[in-house]
Formats: sequence, structure tokens, C-alpha cells
Amino acid sequence: MSTTGISSWAVDLADIGAVYPFQGAEVIFLLIGLAFWLWWHVWSIKAENARHQEKIANHGSAENIKDALENHH
Amino acid sequence: MGSNLDAITTVFTEFYYWLTVALMFLIHVGFCMYEVGASRRRNHMHTLMKNSMLIPLVTITFFFFGWWIYWALPQWPIGSGIDFETAAANSPLSENMGTNLGDRITGVFWAAFLLFSWTAASIVSGSVIERINSGAFWILAVLIGSVAWIIDAAWGWHYGGWMVQYLGYHDAYASGVIHAIAGGFALGVLFVLGPRLGKFAADGTPRDIMPHNPWFVCIGLFLIYTGFWGFYVACNVPLIDPGGIGGQITGETWTATTIYLTPTTLGAITVNFLMSLSGGMLIGYMVSKGNAFWTYSGGLAGIITASAGNDLYHPIQAMIIGGIGTYLAYKLHFWVENRFKIDDAVGAVAVHGYAGVIGLLICGFVLWGHPSSPYEGYAPITPWGQLGGAIIMFGVLGFLPGWVGAKILSALGILRIPKEVELLGLDFASAKEEEAAAHEVRETAKSMV
Repeated sequence: MSTTGISSWAVDLADIGAVYPFQGAEVIFLLIGLAFWLWWHVWSIKAENARHQEKIANHGSAENIKDALENHH
Repeated sequence: MGSNLDAITTVFTEFYYWLTVALMFLIHVGFCMYEVGASRRRNHMHTLMKNSMLIPLVTITFFFFGWWIYWALPQWPIGSGIDFETAAANSPLSENMGTNLGDRITGVFWAAFLLFSWTAASIVSGSVIERINSGAFWILAVLIGSVAWIIDAAWGWHYGGWMVQYLGYHDAYASGVIHAIAGGFALGVLFVLGPRLGKFAADGTPRDIMPHNPWFVCIGLFLIYTGFWGFYVACNVPLIDPGGIGGQITGETWTATTIYLTPTTLGAITVNFLMSLSGGMLIGYMVSKGNAFWTYSGGLAGIITASAGNDLYHPIQAMIIGGIGTYLAYKLHFWVENRFKIDDAVGAVAVHGYAGVIGLLICGFVLWGHPSSPYEGYAPITPWGQLGGAIIMFGVLGFLPGWVGAKILSALGILRIPKEVELLGLDFASAKEEEAAAHEVRETAKSMV
């Protein structure tokens, strides 16, 4: 019993193909991967927008912006 | 691997592509350096992250669907249709994509193509700095890096691609399939995104927004040169016998080939790389009156212009072609900036897009009539085939997806950062925190006196 399908190296390597664990579950791996990728885009856009709004709320006055342009090149 | 010769050939090929990946990593280091150097201090960490995070996003999406596209679409929509069978062997569901003792090549070949994908997306990244939302850019990066460019690679950078078969399209080191498409895509995005605040005066006169660290910019470009060596050799098949090609070549002589399986040599592309780099630098220095940024960029433009035919050119041809491309790209950059008020912050559209298109067109004349493929029935290289290819690369698969993608993101209100944030600077909050921390340390130190 082995997650990779290999339980001993007493084999002819010419007969061996894939050796990664849980072969046969590739569809599940892909679905998890796709979900994670799409979620990450949504999260990053929301988080970035929130940071922008926070920055504007805390520092977005005309005076602050003029000061920032003087001091942060 | 039935014999020791097969084993050596296979492991050599595996190692060869692995080495190209390690070298091409430097392209991305270079892009990050020059992009950060070109940005103003108040934006540089954000600029770094915007570019850096395309690495994981393009990587995973290229694994999920980019690589499948390359093998599925060479004959679609013109030709024999989608090749589901070959694509299945390169899909994320295939056993070839995991640790597999029976397939040592697919993984490194995938990785070499992936590094091209990063390059395509990174070219776009530089042109849009200091005003694009990172989240929007990352969606565009996936669009160019894992969809648009790999479709063009399937069509025009595959031994069985329909553009090669019917147009005789020849682009050995990717003048079009990476550079023209990325430049066109960047231009499409820039049309929608608009210039940085303050870039143009009220009468439309462009202002120079100076890089905060010109030295950083130049070292970045130097690193891109270095990584470009990996890019070039990754475009070749290092060692193949005529039986493996299965075309019209006769005899027993093994050879290196281009991606089209047409014979070339590493020696030829090494000399031509250096000569086209030289032609570009010499003209870049001359036309920009010694400006360091445009001299280094000229070197890149020189290589990019000559790349379509650098498998076959004479070295002096490579030098002249590199120089012509650099001159025209430089002039076009400023003409487009003035005429259309396009703010391409690093000149990426010119260096990659215009130089790439010019390189494709020149290649059509210089290599006119040369066979585009070792296979029977393929069209030879012609100026009109190259013109068609240039339009597809820069316009159809470059500009159009970039423009449409940016339009959609703009309609959703997520393309461009708010005006206040652009004026404050993207790094403003962290800069304030750093200032406060430094102030506290200074005050503490003073109290110890």
C-alpha cells in the first residue's frame, strides 16, 4: 500500500510512469486549483480597493495631498 | 529510453531546457529592476509587487489551461480543427504533468514556455506603471500570459501551426510571437488606461517623468540581456535526428533546429544575437544622443528586430536589421506619444511592439522563398506572409484583447487607481509608517544623548 503506487523499487524503470501520490484524483486537484485562483483575484481586487478607500479617508484631503507631493517624490 | 544514446539525448534535452529556465528567470529580475527604477519613489514597492505577482498567477493559469491551448489550437480555426488528443497529453489532468519516469521532457518544455509567458506579461507591466490597479493588471497578465500569446504560439510558433503551413510565417526567436503581441497588447491597454497625471501639459506637450533611479533601470536592462540568452536557446530544439523530424530532410546527420524543426546552429544564433544587440546599441546611442536608457533599450530592440530570422541571417545582416529596427522604434515611440497622447512609461510598445513588427516585415524580404518548414506542402517565407503574421500578432492577438480587456475592467470601475491615490503615491501609507518609525528611533536616540 502506497499513495504513489510504488511500494518497492525492485522494478524495471522502463515499466514505471507516474509516481506522484493520489493518481486518479487529478480532476479534484484541478478544481481546487481553479477555485483558489479565481478566489485570489476576487480577494486581491477587494483588498486593494479597501486599501485605496482607507488611504483616501485618512490622507485624501487637499492639504495632505499637497504635502505628500512636496515630501514624497 | 530504449538505449544509452536515447537516454543521453533525453537527459541532455531535459537539462538543456532546465538551464534555459534558470537563465530566463533573469529576464524577470531585470524587468522588475527597470520597472521599479523607472517609477517614482512614492510608487516603487507597489510597482515591484504588481510585476512580481504575475509570476504565480501566470504560472498556475499556464498550468491550468495555457499549455493545453498550445497543443490544442495549431490547426484551429484554419486547418484540421482542435487537436484534443495531443492536448490531452499536456493538460493538467495528464500524468505527464506530474512526476513521471516515463516522460522527462514535458515538464521542462512547459517551464520554458512558461518563462516566455512571464515575459509577455512583464512587457505590458512596465508600460502601465503608477496608475493601474494591480488587481486589474493581474487579470490582464493572465489574459496575455496564459491565453493570447499561447494562441499565437500555437498558430505561428509550432511546427504544425496553420500560420506556418499556409502563410509561411517565420519567427524563429519570437519577434512577433512574444514581442509584437505584448507591445500591441500594452498599446491596447494604454489607449483605455490613459496617461499618468501630469504627463501631458494642457496643450498636449509631453513632459518627462524621470525615473527615480536611472542606474537601476540600466542594470535591469542589462539583466534582461543576460536572460535573453536563455530565451534564445529555449527557442531551439537542441538535438534531433532526421527520423525524429520525419520531414523531407534525408541522411543521418543530427542537428539543432528551430521550433519549426528547420535546421540551424547554436553558433549562428549566438553570433547573430551579439551582432543585432550591437547594431541596436550603436543606433540607440546615436539616435538618442547618448541617452543611457535608450541605448540599452536599443540593444533590446536590435535583438528583437532581428530575432525573426536570426536562425539564418548573416551576422552583418543581423547588425544592420537590429539598427534599422531600433531607429524606427525610437522615432515611432515619440511620434505616437505626441500624436495619440500615449504614456508608455518604459517605451515597451516601441522596443517590443514596433521593433517586433518591423523585424517580421524585414524577415519576409530577407528570407523570401526560404522553406518555412521541413514538411512538404508548407508555404515558403514571403513578405505578405510575414505582413499577415505581423497583423495577427500585433493587432488581432495583441492590441484587440488588450483594448477589450481594459475596456471591460474600466467599465467595472477597477482598471485605474483613484486620482487621490495616484497623487498621494501608491506607497504613501507605508511611507508614512516608515517615517513615523524612523522619527521614533531618532527621538529615542536623541534622548540617550
